[in-house]
Amino acid sequence: MRSVGRLDFVARRLLKSVAILLAIVVMNFLLIRLAPGDPASVIAGEAGAADEKYIAQLREQFGLDQPLTTQLAVYVGNVVRFDLGYSYRNQRTVADMVGERLPATLLLTVTAFVVALGLGVGLGVMAATRVGTWADSVITVAALGFYATPLFWVGLMAILLFSVNLGWLPAFGMQTLGTQMTSWQRALDIAHHLVLPAMTLAVFFVAIYARLTRASMLEVQDMDFVRTARAKGLTPTRILRAHTLRNAILPVITFAGIQAGQLVGGSIVIETVFAWPGIGRLAFEALLQRDYNLLLGVFFLTSVMVIVFNLVTDLVYSLVDPRIEVGA
Amino acid sequence: MSEFWHRYRRNKGAVVGLALLVLVVLLALAAPLAFPASPWEMTGPPFQRPLGDYLLGTDMLGREILSGIVHGARVSLMVGVVSTVVAVSLGIALGALAGYFGGAIDDALMRFTEFFQTIPSFVFAIVLVAIFRPSIISIVAAIAIVSWPPVARLVRGEFLTLRGREFVQAAVVIGESHLKIILSQILPNAMSPVIVMASLMIASAILLESALSFLGLGDPNMMSWGYMIGASRSVMRQAWWMSTFPGIAIFLTVLALNLVGEGLSDAMNPRLARKGRA
Repeated sequence: MRSVGRLDFVARRLLKSVAILLAIVVMNFLLIRLAPGDPASVIAGEAGAADEKYIAQLREQFGLDQPLTTQLAVYVGNVVRFDLGYSYRNQRTVADMVGERLPATLLLTVTAFVVALGLGVGLGVMAATRVGTWADSVITVAALGFYATPLFWVGLMAILLFSVNLGWLPAFGMQTLGTQMTSWQRALDIAHHLVLPAMTLAVFFVAIYARLTRASMLEVQDMDFVRTARAKGLTPTRILRAHTLRNAILPVITFAGIQAGQLVGGSIVIETVFAWPGIGRLAFEALLQRDYNLLLGVFFLTSVMVIVFNLVTDLVYSLVDPRIEVGA
Repeated sequence: MSEFWHRYRRNKGAVVGLALLVLVVLLALAAPLAFPASPWEMTGPPFQRPLGDYLLGTDMLGREILSGIVHGARVSLMVGVVSTVVAVSLGIALGALAGYFGGAIDDALMRFTEFFQTIPSFVFAIVLVAIFRPSIISIVAAIAIVSWPPVARLVRGEFLTLRGREFVQAAVVIGESHLKIILSQILPNAMSPVIVMASLMIASAILLESALSFLGLGDPNMMSWGYMIGASRSVMRQAWWMSTFPGIAIFLTVLALNLVGEGLSDAMNPRLARKGRA
């Protein structure tokens, strides 16, 4: 029965995700129409970017002289086939442009996420098991501080310190250009470039997860089942691992899911600061060029990322939570 | 009130935060007196280091960093407060309707809220400001549009629990209108967590505004901290002070608001105050 319950749960979550995606597509459509100016020139980019012939072609392609509902149907049909339109500025399809930038962003955000969760939970546990000591105070104050610092500024300060002054780490890009490297060397090179942006992106979330884990641990520590475990004579390490942490981590996972959008949003500023060649950097380039269609493509793709991420966290939650059986 | 202050005062961080916040507000208010010239105006030689003729130095065009910071404080605080007021009003309206009426209305409104909570808020804010052209109005609107969902959920929860309480039932029996019950019976009792959330939201709104203007989406007529940092990137190696000081200004302001928020939370929910704080 258990696996059937989980399957049902997954099916329902998938359905919901598809509904949200559809709503995003509709909103994108409305945004283009609500924007000041002619939708065709909005799609083409700022006025003057496109010639008359292209604008006419766009009108036809999107059926801009047709009723709004027909236009919407055409638009949704296009997006479903992953046709996100054409970037006139770059003379390429939006789907191609965002597609080739996706791996870099995934590498950055997933690394940052893993680091943030690991470090955040670790520090939170450390603070919670040492309440009132200097270690707790340092962690709590640092978390409070980083929680109040804009990501892009942390990035710039990190560049000043670690690249300009100390010369330890590269400040820009994803790899050293113009050198012959074996694939192993290239991987190391990319990892070297990844350190600063990933750490910077992670630091804000480390602060959040550490605070959350600490508070959650303190709450769980007083609960009956922990007292029972202690009375049974379990070792403190075993109680921590099997009882306290397993329960205390649940709100952290929930929150991590909610924060997925923030992580992706953060990658836009981080990629801009570190010239990391991902979709965040692409969004910045689209902004500079006023290439709205490209920007909406980035928005669509980041939304898909967040939805997938939410799905994964929901599944992880259902696996970790000792209390509930999904769909039961 | 004095009892409230007494409880607030017990949180040392909150007192420090309040002092910092008062300082920032005074700075913002004093901006036109201290620096009557526009912060965009060149008032000195370019690239002056801090602690020379100009306390925080000048930028590549000879504009004073300190002048930019005090004028930027006005923009940051204004954007933070106004967008929060708009977001909180929106959240209260939707949350109250959902929690009070329940049923299909609640379902529909919560789906709507969930949708806005799922989409990546910062990317959405960028899209909104870019498409509707950067201006103080589009920035405030964009921040409000991406910030209201947590308020709506919070208010809905409060309304759901308060809805069944006796004093509300009594009002229903007397025949008070829905609007009157919502506004004069339930809402006042649901406000304290909303106030706490609002103070934290001002902080995140300021962070959001700074990130938008860092990316070049600030109001082109208003000096802001994020813009100053964004503009300094190209000369960061020669002039560290240009990016460092505005960042510290953002940090201190946001920190102050977070500390005040925690203090308010402690003072309003004395029973919960000690949890997680030794």
